Amino acid sequence: MAEKGVAQLWRKIKAIYTIQGDHCTTCDTYYFPPRVVCPQCRRKGQLEKYTFKGLGKIHTFAIVRQAPDTFKRQIPYIVAQVELDEGARLTAQIVNCDIEDVHIDMRVRSCFRKITEYGESGIIVYGYKFEPTMKVTGHE
Amino acid sequence: MVGIIGYGVYIPRYRIKTEKIAAVWGEDGEKLAKGLGVFEKSVPGPDEDVATISVEAARNAVKRAQIDPINIGAIYVGSESHPYAVKPTGTMVAEAIGCSPHMTCADLEFACKAGTAAIQVCMGLVKSKMIKIGLAIGSDTAQGRPGDALEYSAAAGGVAILVGNKKVIATIEHTSSFTTDTPDFWRREGQTFPSHGARFTGEPAYFRHVGEGARALLKKTNTTVDDYDYFVFHSPNGKFPVAMGRQLGVPKEKLEDSLVVRQIGNTYSGSAMMGLANVLDVAGPGSKIFMVAYGSGAGSDSFVIRVEDEIVERRGEVPTVQDYIERKTYVNYATYAKYRRKLKALG
Repeated sequence: MAEKGVAQLWRKIKAIYTIQGDHCTTCDTYYFPPRVVCPQCRRKGQLEKYTFKGLGKIHTFAIVRQAPDTFKRQIPYIVAQVELDEGARLTAQIVNCDIEDVHIDMRVRSCFRKITEYGESGIIVYGYKFEPTMKVTGHE
Repeated sequence: MVGIIGYGVYIPRYRIKTEKIAAVWGEDGEKLAKGLGVFEKSVPGPDEDVATISVEAARNAVKRAQIDPINIGAIYVGSESHPYAVKPTGTMVAEAIGCSPHMTCADLEFACKAGTAAIQVCMGLVKSKMIKIGLAIGSDTAQGRPGDALEYSAAAGGVAILVGNKKVIATIEHTSSFTTDTPDFWRREGQTFPSHGARFTGEPAYFRHVGEGARALLKKTNTTVDDYDYFVFHSPNGKFPVAMGRQLGVPKEKLEDSLVVRQIGNTYSGSAMMGLANVLDVAGPGSKIFMVAYGSGAGSDSFVIRVEDEIVERRGEVPTVQDYIERKTYVNYATYAKYRRKLKALG
């Protein structure tokens, strides 16, 4: 059976698997998701592909208790705005963290997780989520 | 010489104690845990599967090896719980760790030894100079039918090993295998849970294949148990590898470091490799390791590994097996059933 949305997801794979965005060498700003032009420099901007290190801190967060069907297995769960060390900010789920432990400025690192599934026989969408950094060498 | 140039592991955060599972099925948990030698097992989160576990382990391996992933020429992922029946897990791993599309990739399955079979394939490709570096992964989110004996040990985890011939941290000096048609454990196409031959999984299956494999490689290398500092046997539970060690005359202390099964259960395709990783985390340069992986169906892969001086400077680059073992959150049976999709009403 042909499935809708496959091409749309495929175009984003690089960006969502490895947190790949852009860096404008003109104004030294980092962007995620990738942009077509630098919103600040416009035609003077020079964008180059940039893979983020995946480290950052929680800018703000919310606890989700009413979730769509495909996320019911995970409630209650945390969705946060993460500010990456390079400056870009993105929205992501926080995993490996109890809801009572999450806080603003919490140090986090990206991890690879299943985001959703297109039904029982459809494709599986993978991508980034974030987790608190472990207090052991090499987790940052 | 060909060997391990980097390795990385990943163990999910959740754990369930053997006694919690036993309580649901009216068994004596304490007695069962002691008898099996498995006190708790790892449980994958609701958004974790073999692809996510493999990627995390592979990222750790790449970081430790300090290589550019575009130099990886082959990826083989061994598992019996690949998320897709058709679509290789290795493709997701390759994309997520930043490999070049100019590489070969396939998923392997040989019950619990598909990961070590992947190591052997990579060794062949590196030795024949077809590739510079190969990535072999053993990873599973093992299935156990509710109430079955396997439910006490079927766990989740993965190990990624980079095989190459430059800056080797542990040389793989020899390897050999022993394979027969022995139906001790299987899962038919479309079935959710595996079936097994109960006691038949012991003597004619595990003990015969691991024992024959070990003896054959000792003979081939003209060595004895005394020539090795560490032994690693596939650990379906904590009882079998200890009994195997006793049969081969291995002193208890040479086996101790490999018995991570007690705290995380049987990580299937990652089982022997997880024991090896824990040994590599602590073994000093010059140490000799003898490993035998076992896969139902059935076969064993034996390896003689020598730890090199380079291993010391690669420590502290990524979390160790013990770091992951210690990062844990206990769940009860209800949460475990929810996460493992044993509650079908949730879809």
